Amino acid sequence: MDKSKIAAQFIQAIPHARALGLALTEIGDGVSVIEMPYAEHLVGDPKTGVIHGGAVSALMDTCCGAAAMSHPNSPSGTATIDLRIDYMRPATAGQTIVTRAECYNITRSVAFVRATAVDDDTNNPVAMATGAFTVER
Amino acid sequence: MARKRPEPVQVIKQRRDAALSALVHGVPYINFLGIEFDRRGDELTAILPYDDKLIGNPMIPAIHGGAISGFLEVAAVIGLSWATLWDEIERGELDADEIVKGHLPRLPKTIDFTVDYLRSGLPRDAYARAKVNRSGRRYASVHVEAWQDNRERAFAQATGHFLMPRRDG
Repeated sequence: MDKSKIAAQFIQAIPHARALGLALTEIGDGVSVIEMPYAEHLVGDPKTGVIHGGAVSALMDTCCGAAAMSHPNSPSGTATIDLRIDYMRPATAGQTIVTRAECYNITRSVAFVRATAVDDDTNNPVAMATGAFTVER
Repeated sequence: MARKRPEPVQVIKQRRDAALSALVHGVPYINFLGIEFDRRGDELTAILPYDDKLIGNPMIPAIHGGAISGFLEVAAVIGLSWATLWDEIERGELDADEIVKGHLPRLPKTIDFTVDYLRSGLPRDAYARAKVNRSGRRYASVHVEAWQDNRERAFAQATGHFLMPRRDG
């Protein structure tokens, strides 16, 4: 079975990803795209309906991990070593958040990944992330 | 001496706990993760009770890194917000009853947040405490540590910067 298929099934097999309503739409060659549809239970500010930063980090973390795993030089699993997220603006209430992550470098032990999250206004990122992931052997 | 008699300790304690509970439970995402806060004076401990929906890797099993960072961010934001509110309540500038009635103060906004994953999160309850290292009028810097069975063995830590809500007046 090819690695992309395994990764896609892996996302579906993650209980927390299911609880967040995540959907993997693209994966392969160190790139992954995951969507998080708007949901009431993920709101951080009830006055504005803006999604909580924590839910955005969970989306970013999953997407970066999937990108690391899908890299041709990655043999199998991965775990997050560290992840930094910059929040540029609140996501617009009611809109799906789409994250694209890219594993731009991989060594024998570490995968380096960056990601960008956008809503409908794709020219103005909601958040950006950079992280280091383990390469499990 | 016409000094006003202080309120009974239980009344003050109950009002503070109710204000904290209103602040925490007013946020849907906090309720989704099931996070609660334990208060001892001005010190807060965030508690993430174990739940199957927090699992990231069912094979180990381990808590999802995203659930951990969400927990740490909630602990940081509420810890920072409560530290500010506590001072205002103590100085008499803010009435805890107003928060209980649903006049919730605006929460600080996360500018950036960096999480270190030190060891995998086991399928059991997790705890976190935030330390406000700098709290200015506009910006704040907060460090937070999370552990499970052993306080000395943190399984994750994070540092974040926050934009403080504007105060009226």
